[in-house]
Amino acid sequence: MKRNKTVLLSVPYIVWMVVFTLIPLGVVAYYAFTDPDTGAFTWSNIRELGTFLPVFGESVLYSVVSALICLLLGYPVAYYIAHRSPMVQKLLYMLVMLPMCMSFLLRTLAWVGLLQDTGIINNTLDAIGIGRLKLIRTPGAVILGMVYNYLPYMILPLYAILVKIDSRLIEAAEDLGCTPAQTFLKVTMPLSTPGIVSGMTMVFVPAVSTFYISQKLGSPDTMLIGDVIERMYKQGNNANLGAALSLLLMILVFVCTGIMNKLTGSDGEDVVVV
Amino acid sequence: MKKILSLLLALILILGLTACAEADAAEGDKITLNVYNWGQYISDGSDGYLDVIAAFEEKYPNIHVNYSTYDSNEVMYTKIAGGGITVDVIIPSDYMIARMIDENMLLELNFDNIPNYAYIDENFRNQTYDPENKYSIPYTWGTVGIIYNAQYVDEADVTGWELLWNEKYADKILMFDNSRDAFGIAQYMLGYDVNTTDPAQLQACADLLAEQKPLVQQYVMDQIYDLMENEEAWIAPYYSGDYLLMADENENLEFYLPQEQGFNLFIDAMCIPTCCREKEAAELFVNFLCDPEIAGQNMDWIGYGTPLSAAKEYMDPEMASDPVAYPEDSVLAHGTSFDYLPASVSRYVESLFLKVRLS
Repeated sequence: MKRNKTVLLSVPYIVWMVVFTLIPLGVVAYYAFTDPDTGAFTWSNIRELGTFLPVFGESVLYSVVSALICLLLGYPVAYYIAHRSPMVQKLLYMLVMLPMCMSFLLRTLAWVGLLQDTGIINNTLDAIGIGRLKLIRTPGAVILGMVYNYLPYMILPLYAILVKIDSRLIEAAEDLGCTPAQTFLKVTMPLSTPGIVSGMTMVFVPAVSTFYISQKLGSPDTMLIGDVIERMYKQGNNANLGAALSLLLMILVFVCTGIMNKLTGSDGEDVVVV
Repeated sequence: MKKILSLLLALILILGLTACAEADAAEGDKITLNVYNWGQYISDGSDGYLDVIAAFEEKYPNIHVNYSTYDSNEVMYTKIAGGGITVDVIIPSDYMIARMIDENMLLELNFDNIPNYAYIDENFRNQTYDPENKYSIPYTWGTVGIIYNAQYVDEADVTGWELLWNEKYADKILMFDNSRDAFGIAQYMLGYDVNTTDPAQLQACADLLAEQKPLVQQYVMDQIYDLMENEEAWIAPYYSGDYLLMADENENLEFYLPQEQGFNLFIDAMCIPTCCREKEAAELFVNFLCDPEIAGQNMDWIGYGTPLSAAKEYMDPEMASDPVAYPEDSVLAHGTSFDYLPASVSRYVESLFLKVRLS
């Protein structure tokens, strides 16, 4: 009886998954293997994927670098928040969440306004005699945009793990003669690995498929895989190739998160994937 | 907690139901007309100009206009071809109209509901894209030329399309983010027919565009407004009417038509797609836009040429004789129009363009 009830509770979610995730996935797969003109089965979309491998490589590179920078920036922040009093924790947690309340498109456009050659930063630099710098349309600007947009996704899971670490373990390590550095490396960090893994995943997955940040902040040379897919659907009139690319991207994301889980020795159960 | 939750759910359901009911009621007494048009392509009431949609809704109080925009013919086509949406009026360009007619995506117009068709000039009727003039009514016409900032660009360099390939202005050049217009420029440069389907010629165009890429700051469509007005970029190929809008904001901007090489001369026309639900209201809207007084005030703002000579009476005289909007016939003789390319060719052009972008 009890079991039946819990099954019933999961029905809405299952229906949701089937209608909005599984069926669309099936449609994507169908398109990936059909010809745009005749609708007949074909491998040609899959065969064409080879030409896009460099783009995939570039997208992975950009998002891995962004995820690592997010980790370096986010860990101290999460650590700091986790060791404040509960009230301060709530406040700081809110502050981390706050930027996410605003549209991500607007926040990226704001960076364009700041960084462009005639933007606020360059106008100020010019006025004080330093001269204009090449800020926008560089790989650095794209990384900046990714880090800026996805940093909260790193801080929040890290914080959630760090705040739960039993302080008695830290005290024990200190009592047993560990220096602060040793305590961190041997106790805190290993215990926070699940947070690191889910943080990395949550930054990597949206970053690898983004199509707006690179368009706005990158040069014409930084065209990422998300941009190519968007183009296939919007301009290219070739949804079939777009579907094949999406399929490959999805497999790539699964493989990358799998590798990440393997490397960190996590069994994957702690990983939060949104 | 459970009670609150169920109450909330009930509330959401009721809201949903009333929303449906409202939509039904709207169909009963207030019609929603979905108009899908290019960005910055109808006078919107800014700077004291006429708000065309508000004027239409005032004249026909039982019609509500739901207005949305696109920034290229291809984007519009993809959205309509994808299905699942209701659009009553669209304003595509010539070659896209031909394609949509060919693919049975447009409805024949009932000219009894569009008496203002009588005002359309004879030379804008029965165009090649719609030879019997059954599906479309011209809205505007215009040219594609080079917009440049005279403060930074040396007049001596403004000799033709090659300005877009001038290394002196590297990183200050914008380019069309739309394969048809981008390839068109390469075709004029190389002296090819703009409607060529020859793979070798198209490949040569792609090579030329790839050569240009290191100099290009960004590939853009409607974003061009900000970039040119703020002088973030200095040189860009774009549509004549949009130039006039930009020139209002930055007086250093100039427009140049490369006559010797040729340029695109286009007509954008109002059509009713097959996904239309309110054909009569759509025809009322089309008819309204062909009213010389409305068309005149509309053109004052959007800056394109009007196919209604009668509208010029109602226009700002300066605008009605603007050389950019109304070049002399001797200049116009050098313009060519885009024809519809078969789907496989346009897909090939698009894949070449993507390769240029990824090179």
